Amino acid sequence: MTLSVPPTAERAARQTELTTALAAVLPPHALLWRSESTVPYECDGLTAYRATPLAVALPETDDQVSAVLRACHRLGVPVVARGAGTGLSGGAMPHPMGLTLSMARFNRIVAIDPLSRTATVQCGVRNLAISEAAQPHGLYYAPDPSSQIACTIGGNVAENAGGVHCLKYGLTLHNVLRVRGFMHDGESVEFGSEALDAPGLDLLSLMIGSEGMLAVAVEVTVRLVPKPQLARCIMASFADLRSAGDAVAAIIGAGIIPAGLEMMDQAMTAVVEDFVHAGYDPDAAAILLCESDGTPEEVDEEIGRMCPVLERSGAVRIEVSADEAQRLRFWSGRKNAFPASGRISPDYLCMDSTIPRKRLAEMLQAIHRMEGVYGLRCCNVFHAGDGNLHPMILFDASNADQLERAEAFGADILETSVRLGGTITGEHGVGVEKLGSMCVQFSPEEREQMQALKAAFDPPGLLNPGKVIPTLRRCAEGGKMHVRRGLLPFPELERF
Amino acid sequence: MDSAMLAALVDRVQAARAAGRALEIRGGGTKRFYGQAPQGDVLDVRELRGISSYEPSELVVTARCGTPLAELEQALAERNQALPFEPPRFDDERGDGRSASTVGGMVAAGLAGPARAQSGGVRDYVLGATLLNGRAEVLTFGGQVMKNVAGYDVSRVLAGSLGIFGVICEVSLKVLPVAPATLTLRFELAQAAALQSLNTWAGQPLPLNASSWHDGVLHLRLRGAVAAVDSARRLLGGSPVDADVAERHWASVRDQRHAYFTDRRIGAGDAALWRVSVPSTAPPLALSADPFIEWGGAQRWFVSAQPADEIRAAAQAARGHATRFRGGDRSAGVCTPLSPALQAVHQRLKQAFDPDRVYNPGRLYPEL
Repeated sequence: MTLSVPPTAERAARQTELTTALAAVLPPHALLWRSESTVPYECDGLTAYRATPLAVALPETDDQVSAVLRACHRLGVPVVARGAGTGLSGGAMPHPMGLTLSMARFNRIVAIDPLSRTATVQCGVRNLAISEAAQPHGLYYAPDPSSQIACTIGGNVAENAGGVHCLKYGLTLHNVLRVRGFMHDGESVEFGSEALDAPGLDLLSLMIGSEGMLAVAVEVTVRLVPKPQLARCIMASFADLRSAGDAVAAIIGAGIIPAGLEMMDQAMTAVVEDFVHAGYDPDAAAILLCESDGTPEEVDEEIGRMCPVLERSGAVRIEVSADEAQRLRFWSGRKNAFPASGRISPDYLCMDSTIPRKRLAEMLQAIHRMEGVYGLRCCNVFHAGDGNLHPMILFDASNADQLERAEAFGADILETSVRLGGTITGEHGVGVEKLGSMCVQFSPEEREQMQALKAAFDPPGLLNPGKVIPTLRRCAEGGKMHVRRGLLPFPELERF
Repeated sequence: MDSAMLAALVDRVQAARAAGRALEIRGGGTKRFYGQAPQGDVLDVRELRGISSYEPSELVVTARCGTPLAELEQALAERNQALPFEPPRFDDERGDGRSASTVGGMVAAGLAGPARAQSGGVRDYVLGATLLNGRAEVLTFGGQVMKNVAGYDVSRVLAGSLGIFGVICEVSLKVLPVAPATLTLRFELAQAAALQSLNTWAGQPLPLNASSWHDGVLHLRLRGAVAAVDSARRLLGGSPVDADVAERHWASVRDQRHAYFTDRRIGAGDAALWRVSVPSTAPPLALSADPFIEWGGAQRWFVSAQPADEIRAAAQAARGHATRFRGGDRSAGVCTPLSPALQAVHQRLKQAFDPDRVYNPGRLYPEL
């Protein structure tokens, strides 16, 4: 979908107005507005959704960020902040009448403090670069989204990014202490602190995962944790999905929190095995990867506790990595699930719902049925430890009918996830992609409360407008029915 | 039954709103000393109680606000799980030594115990909540799953909100298994040396879980795999503390029954118990009172009659903040004042959730 605004005289005038104002506060090389230079910014990782912004600003200092925001505030121009643009839900898709604020030049590591185990970095620093800088001190930054080579900490904060180790080490939310930035009108602000809390409401927890709609981050202080001495991985094969699901519940039921707990179904295993030759069992209905980390004694103890649990749950084959090379080989398939899918299909839609783990077999059966309904193939990887499922719907975008069926397939998966007690997005965010599905998950009153929350931070609604929270009208037109997730059963109260 | 009770609460809120009356949301009433003096008619929420669902293998428990914390902890303990943030179980006004703390009050106060630095605080374990807001709407945010980024994380900001957004009717929490091994070590160390050691150890892959320092004695709790606790014990030295003695010590810190916190000076005259939250590496603070230090150095308590300005200045010089936790004059606000930008956001958020200021007015900040 492309949000295009015709190059009217009105738009041209608006663009001139904006670029004139910004030229006064930015050096010439930090302001792009000719269409050939703004094209690279027209989408993020969700490439099916595009728009051309009025201009792109690439500020280099805090003062410039503040001045840009003040100018946009004065002119009433929407601002979409952007990191590396690796997001998968269109959260950084430009506003056709707005400014894209690229934070790419905020790429400096300000300080690594090994004693307090913190890193203070500018928001455009890459996730992996933090761990690399901390490595000489035996420390690292734990959240590891699969895009960690490229994605920035500012984008991680916007999306509350996860990764394969978050069952044990937490999400971005659990690993960020402080975010410094600017409000919509350019006023400076700090959420959280270098201590473990800050006075008043915990606005840091609202800022994290707010998809750039509450404030613009420029600097982030993260917690670093000691690097475990050793990690080993168990690869277990199962003859059916239900016993693999039961094995996950049994491990956690035995009081073990593995460092990583990932599952792939047979379709996914076949795709990645062909790509990386990791040695996966092609006959298994599901493969489970269970990682243990810590001191060598600790890892021995935990692996010794996990293997019998897996056996009792019906694992038909169990292999424990003997060395680091083998461990990385076990992981190579899982980590390459996305590119491997791209290799066998012209396009794929990567979904991101979370469900209670116990509903996994039911969910996968439902997805299997949908393959028939929509006439498309789907393979599945699953952050089994925390219930986050990534079904990959394979299709060909050059065929309009297939694209439509793929999107309907995806929406069906999300709706089913909500019905099973889960959520439409575990770690990729709502962005523009899942606006329709938000109507399913939240009631009109809940969405209005979220709109009011947004307005408390950004009264004129200039930061990343049109994302995350759908309007009442959009939900009414989409015809999606809200699925009552109410924790309490009180249907008679729905009318209040 | 639940819907009837919830409907009754909704009626109370609508009536209060219509009459322009404020409500003091109250569970067990064990933390009325905290925040500014409660105002308004009491809205007792204890009848909305009970564990709605608990699945140990999902690591999630959902409970209604009036559920006694003791009941929740008992249910978790039966499955060898726990709330890793160790919320305090303060004595109530009956003084019979049993705490009437409830789940709703635990979330609203947002207080965490000795394991906070290593295991996280209340907000780190909140997965979802159902809120009765100031427009008497019943809203559900978050859910019962570990990873969920659909919409703003409204449920987590309820942790520590002191009820200013409304009644936290029900909450889903992440829980964790109890680790197989626990051991407490005792060291005799001066304050600066203890802070240095705590920060140095925390940078190593050791199963640290909690710490307390007072009057030259550092207690360090290790918790984790048997092998990890064993090897840490050999590496760290110190003297192992008998398990029962250690358990009593940590409970007395967590629930503030330790002699430091029951000091008769607290609440007598100008003396108050101050909670100072600073980076763990902050050097000993320039205050005249002796501190009680937790959270690896990040939480420091002071019993002091020094003026609030002086205590806040010392905290801010260490890049932290100070809260008048218990006792003393709380009319001017107990929390460190906010920056203009944050104050404006706080006021607009209160307006967004509770436009008529029905709930706990002034409890968190005088203007909210």
